Amino acid sequence: MIDIQMEHYLTLAALIFTIGVFGIFLNRKNVIVMLMSIELMLLAVNINFVAFSAYLNDLAGQVFTMFILTVAAAEAAIGLAILVAFFRNKGSIAVEDISAMKG
Amino acid sequence: MSDFNLIPLLPEIFLSMIAMGLLIVGVSQGNKVTPVICWACAGGLAIAALLLLGMNWDTHVVLNGMFVFDQFAGFMKLLIILGLITALALSVQYLEQEHMARFEYPILVVLAGVGMMMMVSANNLLALYIGLELQSLSLYVLAAFNRNSLRSAEAGIKYFILGALSSGMLLFGISLIYGFTGSIDFTVIGQSLGGLETIPFGVTFGLVFILAGLAFKISAVPFHMWTPDVYQGAPTCVTALFAIVPKVAAMALLMRLLFDPFMAAQEQWMQIIYFISLASMALGAFAAIAQENIKRLLAYSSIGNMGYALIGIVAGSPEGAGAVVLYILIYMVMTAGVFAIVIGMRRENIAAEQISDLGGLSKTHPVQAYAMAIFMFSMSGIPPLAGFFGKLFIFQAAVAQEFYILATLGILTSVVAAYYYLRIIKVMFFDEAVDGFDQAMPFARRAVLFIAVVFLLAFIIRPEAIIESAQSAASALFI
Repeated sequence: MIDIQMEHYLTLAALIFTIGVFGIFLNRKNVIVMLMSIELMLLAVNINFVAFSAYLNDLAGQVFTMFILTVAAAEAAIGLAILVAFFRNKGSIAVEDISAMKG
Repeated sequence: MSDFNLIPLLPEIFLSMIAMGLLIVGVSQGNKVTPVICWACAGGLAIAALLLLGMNWDTHVVLNGMFVFDQFAGFMKLLIILGLITALALSVQYLEQEHMARFEYPILVVLAGVGMMMMVSANNLLALYIGLELQSLSLYVLAAFNRNSLRSAEAGIKYFILGALSSGMLLFGISLIYGFTGSIDFTVIGQSLGGLETIPFGVTFGLVFILAGLAFKISAVPFHMWTPDVYQGAPTCVTALFAIVPKVAAMALLMRLLFDPFMAAQEQWMQIIYFISLASMALGAFAAIAQENIKRLLAYSSIGNMGYALIGIVAGSPEGAGAVVLYILIYMVMTAGVFAIVIGMRRENIAAEQISDLGGLSKTHPVQAYAMAIFMFSMSGIPPLAGFFGKLFIFQAAVAQEFYILATLGILTSVVAAYYYLRIIKVMFFDEAVDGFDQAMPFARRAVLFIAVVFLLAFIIRPEAIIESAQSAASALFI
């Protein structure tokens, strides 16, 4: 049997976080995928917090997780609203079309 | 610490009430009352400033150590409130002209202000995060506020994606700090780090992530990519808000974080801030040279100015912190004045944003041209205007702590930056006159312009009062 230790949680969280960051920078197709990547980053942070909270036997980390979940929901709502405003002007949500301003 | 004392939170609570009450008024009365709500919000902010002035400015820590109110917090909050009032005063007429006078605008401004005030007073990583998000979420919406404009929506998307990315990095850093120090409370973190001989790798790692997240908020290189696009795309009144206020709050937050809990890790963060300060100054100076759009130019100028302010943090001394506060204050006044003019650049009711549109301003609108010349001379740091003293104290603090290279490079980049500030003066006074701008300025904008000019000129005569209050505000961080 493999015991699941602290470092396993941390590695998992770091991996998911990295996937999220790469999702934002490498993705050239769709802004929705970017929103999903952001969500992935926040969830990785939550894993970290809960793991540390259990390890330290301290509730603050779990309380923090609740706040992150709530704020993430608000953030997603605002992100989608801005995306709708953009779509109504441009008729597309492809990443390469977000390019009216450069330099 | 079981005392339940809400008195130090009075301005925040009052502003939240005002925002919610006016939201109800807005929903029931519709968009026709937007100007009324704007002025009501400005009035509410003014009352909050009076409440702030009436409070006891000794250090109080309330809400189980979540919230701290001290002289530094009081001074920075006062700056934030005055900046918000200025931004609202500049907005009222512009909202009507651009057909986006919706009542949510002033309410979002006030809510962003509450978030910023929470940031300044945060004494706990959770309070920091909540304050930062309240501010950011309101500002995302404001950037995209002109929803019929492609550029505004694009600015909103860019700001949102990069802002959310930076929040994610900040949170990842916070989680590591929490894990390796065992607490999210600034005081406890400071104590546990102070007792260590070497800073654990995990804490350094977390600190790097937190600094990356905050560097986004103050638009420091290498996390500045959003700034030019957002400044250009957002409606000009929102750009004015972005340039005047959020930087004050983020800089105050950064100072409290670095000088309070992470003072023991000074060796670690000093190198990071050193690098981003140098990179911001250089990019701000060189990238702005090629700009033709005045809002974009001001974006690069703000990146450069944040670089100068960061020099004071690198110095890490009470004098350095005082110099940062003074620099931010002067920068805020100059920017408010510049935007009072930029926001009025309209021909046949269409916003003109190119630098060449200022051509011959000294003949068509001499008062504006001379005021703009004062701001530009001050920004480029030409004595005896206030901007010169701001830079002088920053460089003095750096030299006192033997950061000679940083101070020298700072002076060199400010010489480069002087080129594009002086170019605006040249365009206004020596270029062919183009048609004048639309109508006379409304009273509110004229008042902002007047106060900014008077401040910069009065600073020459009596600088001591402001310098001393900035120094004593910053000294509260070092007790």
